[in-house]
Amino acid sequence: MSAAELFSLPFMQRALIAALFTGLAAPAVGTYLVQRRLALMGDGLGHVAVTGVAVGLLTGTSPTWTAVLVAILGAVLIEVIRERGHTNGDVALALLFYGGLAGGVLITGLAGQSAASLQQYLFGSITTVSATDVLITIGLAALVITTCVGLAPQLFAVSQDQEFARVAGLNVRFYNVLVAVLAAVSVTVAMRTVGLLLVSALMVVPVATSQQLTRSFRTTLGAAMALGTLASLGGLVIAALAPFGANVQPGPTIVLLSLAGFVVTWPIGAWLRHRARINEPFASDPPIEHQVTDEHPHDHGPDCGHAAVEHGDHVDYVHDGHRHAPHGRHYDEH
Amino acid sequence: MTPIELTDGAVAISGRPILRGVDLRVETGEFVALLGANGSGKSTLVRALTGLRPLAHGQLRLFGTDLDHFDDWQRIGYVPQRAGATSGVPASVWEVVASGRLTRRRLLRRLSRADRAAIDDALEVVGLSDRRRDGVAQLSGGQQQRALIARALAGEPELIFLDEPTAGVDVPNQLALAEALRELKLRGATIVLVTHELGPLAALVDRAVVMRDGRVAYDGAPLTDHEVHDPWLGEPHTHHHHPRQQRHDHAPHVSSPLEGSP
Repeated sequence: MSAAELFSLPFMQRALIAALFTGLAAPAVGTYLVQRRLALMGDGLGHVAVTGVAVGLLTGTSPTWTAVLVAILGAVLIEVIRERGHTNGDVALALLFYGGLAGGVLITGLAGQSAASLQQYLFGSITTVSATDVLITIGLAALVITTCVGLAPQLFAVSQDQEFARVAGLNVRFYNVLVAVLAAVSVTVAMRTVGLLLVSALMVVPVATSQQLTRSFRTTLGAAMALGTLASLGGLVIAALAPFGANVQPGPTIVLLSLAGFVVTWPIGAWLRHRARINEPFASDPPIEHQVTDEHPHDHGPDCGHAAVEHGDHVDYVHDGHRHAPHGRHYDEH
Repeated sequence: MTPIELTDGAVAISGRPILRGVDLRVETGEFVALLGANGSGKSTLVRALTGLRPLAHGQLRLFGTDLDHFDDWQRIGYVPQRAGATSGVPASVWEVVASGRLTRRRLLRRLSRADRAAIDDALEVVGLSDRRRDGVAQLSGGQQQRALIARALAGEPELIFLDEPTAGVDVPNQLALAEALRELKLRGATIVLVTHELGPLAALVDRAVVMRDGRVAYDGAPLTDHEVHDPWLGEPHTHHHHPRQQRHDHAPHVSSPLEGSP
């Protein structure tokens, strides 16, 4: 089957739409989670949502809605625990991880379903998405994206510094719960695309990638959303175009593609940070004494290969752990 | 209207009384320094004055309104005690300062011209205008502290609380900070500064309030750093060149996995 034929198939088009919206929504919430240093919250909520899916299987209702409900309950619970005792939020998160996963597997068994029916929610099954699922995905994702972008000033302030935000008159508890609920909603949105166990990757990895190269919050948020979309669409297409007979699952492909983006960007970011540190101007206090360097083998200049760092009204050339400042015909030690 | 009127204020943390019988009245335009050793309750007092810590007893009026009914938060600026201005995601200096303008912005509205002017002015006052596009993580500790002050100034407050803004800040940055506070004082702002060491800020102070063990031990004319710790204030001599003490635990730390510190 050619690529054109593949993309004209209805199930593939539904999958592409679902991937597009998931890729936009998950990193949008993820940015605020990373800003709060709660990168693993998405993972915790994903585990809790497993119980939600199992409840759906047991009661015969749509697992999407039960997952949304249970994940929101879990999110509010995490927020309450975090507010009451902020030092040990990670322990609370861990408890939810295990409770959610164990509860999910147990209830699935009680429902008389096999592990295979849970499997499609754990690792995603984007190609079996129905038309209704696509509509739900679009609706929930649009809700997440508009809130994350529209309330960006407020969410930024609350995630940056809670106490300051409170004295600024913001209802911090409301915004905390809002972020938690948005995270829970995007976990369920991403459930069909990458699956509950890999949800957090789509929320966190694009943010980690974009912040290697960015300096402002706005560009980090925008770039993370772009990278998330790129990864989820790209992963889906790679999986779809895999040679016949090879079983390439879209969920893990999306996550690995996203991680590949990080692996490529990280060295660039590390190099940029290193360069920024080297070129940071020296404090402009005058040197303690006039100390002339020994005989100097070459002239420093723009092409000498030594870092030229600002120092008050001149530049110092960093030379084997010394700072050489041009002074008349010789160099001074600074 | 009197910016701060606290009568017989008391604060308890996890059931342990911390502040008792504190009376404090700060008039418009005053520059008050809250001094005292670590653990004397000066930070707790500021957190009570900003509404972050509920009063167990007594009454607090801000600009003549009881705290329970106070919602003029744009009149108040707060610089919390922080090691830096960074978070888990990069943010530019301008963005951090702009977040201080939220007190005057309505939901879902773009920044107005007045908003931008106030943010520019705040950056100007602390001398960070040329670093506005840089990430806060690229600034030195002292410069980050100045960015936090600019954030509080962006809301154009009339009453400003600063909690230990000079802790761990080098001398050039302390001077820049003093310069910013002098400018604010000239503009008529009321300033409450918590510090355990005044340094270059000493010249600005109109009035010193010394806390000791949760009570006001002295309230009057400015004191030098040495006098604050003099025996006649009943203070054990803790010379300010000694390494800073560990944070004083107001409530004994008895924790279990789900209950963090209070």
